[in-house]
Amino acid sequence: MSFEHLNGGQQLAIKYYTVAIGLFVAQILFGLLSGMQYLIPNFMLGLLDFNVTRTVHINAMIIWLLYGFIGSVYWLLEEESQTKIVGLKLGNIAFWVFTIAVAIVVVVFLVVQSGPGDDATRWFINEGREYIEAPRWADIGIVICILVFFYNVAATFSKGQWSGIAGVLTLDLVALAGLYLAGMFYTTNISMDQYWWWWVIHLWVEATWEVLVGCLMAWGLMKTLGVSRKIVTTWLYIEVALMFGSGILGLGHHYFWIGTPEYWLTIGGFFSALEPIPLVAMVVHAVYDSGVKHSKANNHPAFAWLIAHAFGNFFGAGVWGFMHTLPQINLYTHGTQWSASHGHLAFFGAYATIIIAMMYIAAQYARGQSVFDGNLPDGGWKWKWSLGLLNLGVVGMTVALLISGYEQSFIERAVGGSTWYGYFAAQTHPWFVEGMWWRMVFGFVTAAGIVLLVWDLLTIGKSRKAKETLETSAQTA
Amino acid sequence: MNDNIPWWSSETFWKKTAIWVTGFMFVVLVVLTLDTLPKISVGSERVPAYSVINKHIDYVFNDERNIQVPVIGENAPLFGKMLTEEEAEALVTHGKKITQGRNCMGCHTLLGNGSYFAPDLTKAWLDPAWSSEPEREQYMIDFLMNPEENARSFGSGRVMPDLNITEKEAKAVIAFLKWMSSIDTNGFPYNFTVLDREE
Repeated sequence: MSFEHLNGGQQLAIKYYTVAIGLFVAQILFGLLSGMQYLIPNFMLGLLDFNVTRTVHINAMIIWLLYGFIGSVYWLLEEESQTKIVGLKLGNIAFWVFTIAVAIVVVVFLVVQSGPGDDATRWFINEGREYIEAPRWADIGIVICILVFFYNVAATFSKGQWSGIAGVLTLDLVALAGLYLAGMFYTTNISMDQYWWWWVIHLWVEATWEVLVGCLMAWGLMKTLGVSRKIVTTWLYIEVALMFGSGILGLGHHYFWIGTPEYWLTIGGFFSALEPIPLVAMVVHAVYDSGVKHSKANNHPAFAWLIAHAFGNFFGAGVWGFMHTLPQINLYTHGTQWSASHGHLAFFGAYATIIIAMMYIAAQYARGQSVFDGNLPDGGWKWKWSLGLLNLGVVGMTVALLISGYEQSFIERAVGGSTWYGYFAAQTHPWFVEGMWWRMVFGFVTAAGIVLLVWDLLTIGKSRKAKETLETSAQTA
Repeated sequence: MNDNIPWWSSETFWKKTAIWVTGFMFVVLVVLTLDTLPKISVGSERVPAYSVINKHIDYVFNDERNIQVPVIGENAPLFGKMLTEEEAEALVTHGKKITQGRNCMGCHTLLGNGSYFAPDLTKAWLDPAWSSEPEREQYMIDFLMNPEENARSFGSGRVMPDLNITEKEAKAVIAFLKWMSSIDTNGFPYNFTVLDREE
């Protein structure tokens, strides 16, 4: 398919989206394997142990979301800055370097898997720290690629024009790139290790990523609904104030039990309890604007996924996070399936959804369509079913994991005192096992959803004749 | 645009608020970090020196704090050998690097963080799974070197894969686990039963 009618940034975005979708599929496949290992304990033992399948599952997720973010920003960059992207060639080189690096890391994770307790292992095989398992050489590669991305964003806006979204986005990327450095050192002191490790994980996921999707949401609402720029920008500032106002010190909810002083119980508990507030603001914003515009979107799948994002972010990150964020509760839930339940709904609801929305916006323009509305040739059954199946699948997994988590916090933690015996007493309890079976069932529902999603993204709008002149966005700048 | 917009809903007001709130919160985080770092440095009250592996470590309920806290007792050298501070650091460091190299966090949690497929390792040194204090060290070595034969699955059928851990490596991992069990984790895990103190 020819993408010559797209601008440079958009062509680059298509590449990022393509890899993102591939990694999304990999995430789900390895998630299915990990889930199966809970049910059949010896499944792939010695071949692909749980620590391998789970590592690929979560790393594929982090990386595909990053690819999705980078792709989405490249997609809107030239339109938002009203000028051509400054370093397209550099951006393309960074894309290939990043992609080759990711491929090597995945192959090493799968084939080499682990190494001896020396520095070479951490540099070339596996760093062994959850979410940032990528070896150090890859860390450096990631930082360089993110810096190229940052340069492209900042320099393009500087050359063209700045907007509220552009300003927030650029400053957010500074924080995003800078924070990654906090995870790039070795220390034997595990308390210190985890202290800085959370700077990367929390301040990415619960602060800078949230602001980044705030920018995408603002742009997406302008694009699909034609909401006024002034309104989305004001909301964006409100969200940033609330997000960073609660999320930066909300970091403290990871400092309850890692050796850090007791005052973090108060600070972390208080500020992280406020973290759902900006997510409520996002829901209000999205729903109110939809009402004002009578939900007349020019891209139905993208709009539906934007709304799924608003609610998914609120429930997954907000409600599911709040449920166990107070230390009095977290003492019993920390490190149980509660975290897995929260993780599944939050990463999907807050991040996967909005990237899928952006992909549908991209598909609309890439296929030269002025609208993706109710008149899609096949009635749009594929996007509707994939939306339904993916959301049902993830919500189902979330609830199933939560039931297992509840059981675990009672049997293992409150009664069993968190000993190994207590742990296994909980793992073998019928309530736990039933939860795990249901998680598996809904895992397959999710997998069915991704098959349809990929099929739809590859085909939507293809059969309709492209309009010669694309309608420009209805935004009122 | 509309001049009737009240100040509290204006774009400028929220822009300034966003900048000031973000800046202020970040400064507070930096200040708290400066306060916290010395308190979690090795050798501090909360995070003992590595040579704590020469001592007996217990986890006892503290009435004043209303939680269990680590209690460092008499000499109880690991594998019967008293180590200097440097030797202890080298051993624990090797152990920590092994736990990272073998990706232990891919199944276990450490200080409650990691994966949920296998037991938490925060107080693994003190766990009753090792039968009794005199037997503990050898049982841990046996387990780490041959986890499939010496599985402690408690009827779950879930076993740790053989990670080709040598005896030397096993001892280093155990040193790391012993040291980690001495960290004051504000009572996490709660209601923990310590080896040899089952009632």
